[in-house]
Amino acid sequence: MSEKVKFGRSPVFFETFNRRPGPIKKNMHYCPGCGHGILHKLIAEAVDHYGIQKNTKFISPVGCAVFAYYYFNFGNISVPHGRAPAVATGVARANPEDYVISYQGDGDLAAIGFNEFLQAANRGENITVFFVNNSNYGMTGGQMAPTTLPGQKTTTSPYGRNPLTEGYPTPVCEIVNALTAPVYIERVALTTPARIAAAKRAVYKGIQNLKERKGFSLIEVVSPCPVNLKMSAEQVNEFIEKQMMNYFPLGVVRDKTAETESRPLPAPVIRESADVEKILFTEKRKDSVAADFRNTSSMFDKELRVKIGGFGGQGILSLGVMLANMGMHRNFNVSWMPSYGPEQRGGSACCSVIVSRKMIPSPILESGIDLMIATTQTALEKYLPGLKEDGILIYDSSAVKLPELPAAMRTYGVDAIDIAATQLGSAKCANSVLMGVLAAVLAANGLNEADQADFDRAFAEAVEEKFGKKPGAVEMNVKAYEAGKKAFQN
Amino acid sequence: MAYQKRMLLKGNEAAVYGALLAGCDCYFGYPITPASEIAQSAALLFPKLNRTFVQAESEIGAINMVIGCVAAGRRSMTASSGLGISLKQEAISYLAAYEMPAVIVDVMRGGPGLGNIAPEQADYFQVVKGGGHGSYRCLVFTPNSVQEMCDMTFQAFTMAEKYRMPAYVLTDGVIGQMMESVELPAAVKYDYDPEWKMGNIINGEANCISSIYMEPNDLEALNKKLQAKYKLIEEVEQSVEEFYVDDAEIVMVAYGISSRVAQGALEQLRAEGIKVGLIRPKMVFPFPRKSLNSAVERGVKKFLCVELSAGQLIEDVRLAIECKRPVELCNRMGGNLLTCDDVCAAVRNMI
Ligand SMILES: Cc1ncc(C[n+]2csc(CCOP(=O)(O)OP(=O)(O)O)c2C)c(N)n1
Ligand code: SF4
Repeated sequence: MSEKVKFGRSPVFFETFNRRPGPIKKNMHYCPGCGHGILHKLIAEAVDHYGIQKNTKFISPVGCAVFAYYYFNFGNISVPHGRAPAVATGVARANPEDYVISYQGDGDLAAIGFNEFLQAANRGENITVFFVNNSNYGMTGGQMAPTTLPGQKTTTSPYGRNPLTEGYPTPVCEIVNALTAPVYIERVALTTPARIAAAKRAVYKGIQNLKERKGFSLIEVVSPCPVNLKMSAEQVNEFIEKQMMNYFPLGVVRDKTAETESRPLPAPVIRESADVEKILFTEKRKDSVAADFRNTSSMFDKELRVKIGGFGGQGILSLGVMLANMGMHRNFNVSWMPSYGPEQRGGSACCSVIVSRKMIPSPILESGIDLMIATTQTALEKYLPGLKEDGILIYDSSAVKLPELPAAMRTYGVDAIDIAATQLGSAKCANSVLMGVLAAVLAANGLNEADQADFDRAFAEAVEEKFGKKPGAVEMNVKAYEAGKKAFQN
Repeated sequence: MAYQKRMLLKGNEAAVYGALLAGCDCYFGYPITPASEIAQSAALLFPKLNRTFVQAESEIGAINMVIGCVAAGRRSMTASSGLGISLKQEAISYLAAYEMPAVIVDVMRGGPGLGNIAPEQADYFQVVKGGGHGSYRCLVFTPNSVQEMCDMTFQAFTMAEKYRMPAYVLTDGVIGQMMESVELPAAVKYDYDPEWKMGNIINGEANCISSIYMEPNDLEALNKKLQAKYKLIEEVEQSVEEFYVDDAEIVMVAYGISSRVAQGALEQLRAEGIKVGLIRPKMVFPFPRKSLNSAVERGVKKFLCVELSAGQLIEDVRLAIECKRPVELCNRMGGNLLTCDDVCAAVRNMI
């Protein structure tokens, strides 16, 4: 790499800047003496040097560099103020072969977009960030920036930045240096030829890191904005050298490039339909019932509305899911709706299941409940008003005390939680005990013989589907189911 | 191999299946109840296909990552609920201006403010009317079942790309949280570079994506182009489901969970001999003007909007029929749900 900065036009720039509106097509829109133009040239040179123009993607900020796309002949997107590192993340993740540059000013990066920037740095995204620190908001007319110096007058700090109320200049490189992931952090300036040569080395390194897929690089460029600082070129350089550098010392803050290995490209995305389906879909059971199979018991002539309530951890929700799943595999329309949120906070759990031959209107059950399973007093009291007068109530006899109930109501108390804990050694299979109780209760209330046998089969299938991969779990749940049936008979 | 394509899924999970089968490469999201299962199931399923899941730093981060992914030419989505959708609006306005597609799922909860996590439908205005700055629109699908959560998320990708604009899947906590059986669609292979992809070479120049138009005439031209597109969509894409509208004197209008409740009420009321019908928008942009106006022509005397908000949908119904018929409101707010009885009572009151 030559130390001299080439001021001829890099082939990475357009021959003429046709995208720039107005008559001037040869020069940049930046003010005379502005640092953005110099940095653009350094970036263009480096991208050309490493031969990565084709896959370079440039994320333009909102700020004076919003028009970077006038100049660079590579993929470019101008994005919402401050969000360049998030957009860069999206590009880099979607197309890992791309070399993604995020280019930002100090308002963009260190104020409105500081979170997106720090988070991308902390994730170690495979991007290089060029950060132009010119101590003010250039584009909007020289307002105070996070990098404005104490006492510095801007259009929104007309009395000078007051550290007591406005804090101190944000040391971006030093803050990023507190993170583990970034590989390369350097601060450079664009004041003298020697400084520009050092800046060039840093820019080249940032681009090389991209090419070699090293991870996150940050190059902060302390840059002149003579127009808004209302200074001559000499004055602004002196301001940078004598004042800004007190807060923004130049140099390498971190360089882990040598010891960092290039990241391999991620495995290619699986897109072939057959492969996608193989991964997402489960294999069809050989013994699954035919599409026209119908259970014949008359209880299925109208929809069956089931409410299950109890305590979190008793498998209340999964009992409901299992019931819905069994219904689905027997060609019913089913819905399952949990109570969620604050109701769950107190530890209570509840769900509604509807099994129907017809379309199910609302999945929420407050009234007209046919069958209720309650394992806690709270659940019983809460949902009892919705149970039909001749409805079926299954309750945990050790936890629930029945109030006065309508005579037609059919109630079945079983010590399900205790059976699960003592006979089977795990409260986790309380739901399978309850499912056994439910099988027996349905048998006693009109489920015909063929459907009784089918209920057993459907339960076995559902358990296998759920626990097939966990050794012992299927057996335990089947045992629990049998124990539930037996408990009912006692 | 024979697959079990029918699965018992939560609405939120079904949206993820729909996205993957539609060829979505990257999911970017931030947790929020009642939409979190979308992020959770994306975190589980995307990596199985070597696709990308990123938990973003915020909803702002997430939607801007979506911008990056789509700019890179890949299909992408995000999901959230009310508050998070508010945060995404700036970027969605950019997407509209870039003329780039994206899919955003909004599982609505109670508002305003932090509100609560119970179901509401009060994001209607911010989602349907544009939400962010500028005169733009988004396609808005309104699923009312778990099956539709899957199908419409899938369809949202296709239509968003066809018209090059963001598409919402607008649903509520009930549809997101409930489980029903879903017949999964076949997977499509999405592996081509779309025309807007950044860096595509057009006349020797690398394509750039921008939404800045310094010349007022240029920006007006963009606006006119967008409005022409929206007009075309309003002509050809209206989508509804109608129940008993033919002989109805009162027609209910409802989407999402409210339409399920209204359907329950409908059966009950018809059994009582009341001539009531239901128009269920499957999309609310474009709004089903044709269906509503033909109901007016067929002699419907009154409309009833059934919604879980202060009366947002009702404004569009009145506009669509140019207030030619009275439109009444049956609603709950704050996360309270309507029951079939509430809706039946409201209809009986109108007779
Ligand atoms: C959301 C939003 N808020 C505010 C603005 C207005 N705005 C445009 S550029 C800018 C500041 C740019 O300053 P900086 O990032 O330091 O870049 P410079 O122009 O100095 O290069 C602001 C506040 C905007 N475009 N978007
Ligand atoms: S205002 Fe400042 S930063 Fe912007 S172009 Fe002019 S000199 Fe450069």
